[in-house]
Amino acid sequence: MSRNDWEVVIGLEVHAQLTTASKIFSGASTAFGAEPNRQACAVDLALPGVLPVLNRGAVERAIRFGLAIDAKIAPRSVFARKNYFYPDLPKGYQISQFELPVVSGGSITIRVGEGDKAYEKSVQLTRAHLEEDAGKSLHEDFHGMSGIDLNRAGTPLLEIVSEPDMRSSAEAVAYARSLHALVRWIEICDGNMQEGSFRCDANVSVRKPGAPLGTRREIKNLNSFRFLQQAIEYEIQWQIDTLEDGGRIQQATVLFDPESGETRVMRTKEDAHDYRYFPDPDLLPVEISPNWIARVRTEMPELPQSMKRRFIENFGLSAYDATTLTASREIANFYQATVDAAGSELAKPCANWVMGELAGRANKADIDLNAVPITPAQLAGLVRRIGDNTISNNIARKVFEAMWNGEGGDGANAADRIIDAQGLRQVTDSGAIESLIDQVLAANQKSVEEFRAGKEKAFNALVGQAMKASRGQANPTQVNEILKRKLSE
Amino acid sequence: MSLTLEQVRRIADLARLEMPDAEAEATRVKLNGIFSLIEQMQAVDTSGVEPMSHPQELSQRLREDRVSESDRRDDYQRIAPQTESGLYLVPKVIE
Repeated sequence: MSRNDWEVVIGLEVHAQLTTASKIFSGASTAFGAEPNRQACAVDLALPGVLPVLNRGAVERAIRFGLAIDAKIAPRSVFARKNYFYPDLPKGYQISQFELPVVSGGSITIRVGEGDKAYEKSVQLTRAHLEEDAGKSLHEDFHGMSGIDLNRAGTPLLEIVSEPDMRSSAEAVAYARSLHALVRWIEICDGNMQEGSFRCDANVSVRKPGAPLGTRREIKNLNSFRFLQQAIEYEIQWQIDTLEDGGRIQQATVLFDPESGETRVMRTKEDAHDYRYFPDPDLLPVEISPNWIARVRTEMPELPQSMKRRFIENFGLSAYDATTLTASREIANFYQATVDAAGSELAKPCANWVMGELAGRANKADIDLNAVPITPAQLAGLVRRIGDNTISNNIARKVFEAMWNGEGGDGANAADRIIDAQGLRQVTDSGAIESLIDQVLAANQKSVEEFRAGKEKAFNALVGQAMKASRGQANPTQVNEILKRKLSE
Repeated sequence: MSLTLEQVRRIADLARLEMPDAEAEATRVKLNGIFSLIEQMQAVDTSGVEPMSHPQELSQRLREDRVSESDRRDDYQRIAPQTESGLYLVPKVIE
């Protein structure tokens, strides 16, 4: 038997830290990287007598998420206590949501694979609820004691739970990436995985096709897409091997060790927590009025799916290009602004320049698209000059480089100023090109003879010589035509 | 419905309460007394009544998202049993 005899079933739980300035139940700052406990106030420390006061910004971010995935937003939702003992949770319970979460249902469209094998799939979401993050425990180097930093305690989290809709690690990663792009797009989470702003737990099980769901094991705290993929792959193979060897899967929580590439059991179902959820008497039910939802709706940016559809339908882009250009809000906005300035008839070359030269150069310089030294207006000015044959694509790369280095000044005319200052205007005067070609033919008699003897390659050599003689500025189409004519004379 | 001694021990364990046998039995009797009150209440017909999650029929007031707390670490750490490098120290726990 092999892997193909088994169906893989994966569901994901993602904890997204919300971008509020203050914590979910206290007025302490959520800024990352402060000295230990400088941002842990009386509420975060659970000193006696303190009460939680809910942050409007956290609820509003949950509403934004609900609208973005077309989910149901609860008119009335309830906070509950999830009870367990751990020193980085000083209250002895985490305030979370159980029965009535803010967001339920909704779906996300994912694109899996590349090229001809790429396919789209809709992943259903179960729910998304608000809760508080715990603090951090440091276990090393404190004379046999543990050190507790409560700066993170009380940071708002949106826990986003999917249905078990994914059937491979590739689908799970595609879903995690789409979700990551979406929460950043709607600006509810900064998505910084190194800092733990976006953490994934994966529920994995296998079964024979058509059989009831197998027993699942949950892989905790995966903080990169690569680890998510590796952990799920290892887990699938381990479960299949175990079952094929006649073993049984025991429900368990496991941890992934990136060093060994293996998952290992943290706790089994027998010693699983019994959280004894109950409604938190310190917090009243949260009411979300239709007016509030309507207001948030008007403040939502255009979503990636809608933008992608528009790029395909209105600008004639391929699904691949449209996907690349809506991978983040930065690239989408940059592209949209470039097309707005250049004109939609130049939408395709604009796409090529934004995805190619611009994204490539930004990547090389290791900077974000919203920090590049070129504006959409400047890039549009450049694309227009290619469009009207003032310069060729090759020369345009030179102009782009100059523009990147701050030459040409601001605005749509930057490209024009560089073209004029460096004399890069394309030569389209056929008289001038003809005399140029006459010189090339005279100087390259050998290539001419080879071509006449039937060697096609010699033609390209002559084109190359002509382009070189014009310092790249002769119109390549004209060079081809005139050269062909002269050689057949 | 009534609780067994084993269930009482489990609840005590989850709440990190140390409970000698005699006390466990006394607690079981008390808890079962509460259960009998609940049984009486369950006899009331509540069909069509939406369960409440809070005894007051009010909704949660929300706070604007503003940082209103300043750093008072020194004050808080003065009353902590043990601290080091700004961290609160507790008996070692590794799960």
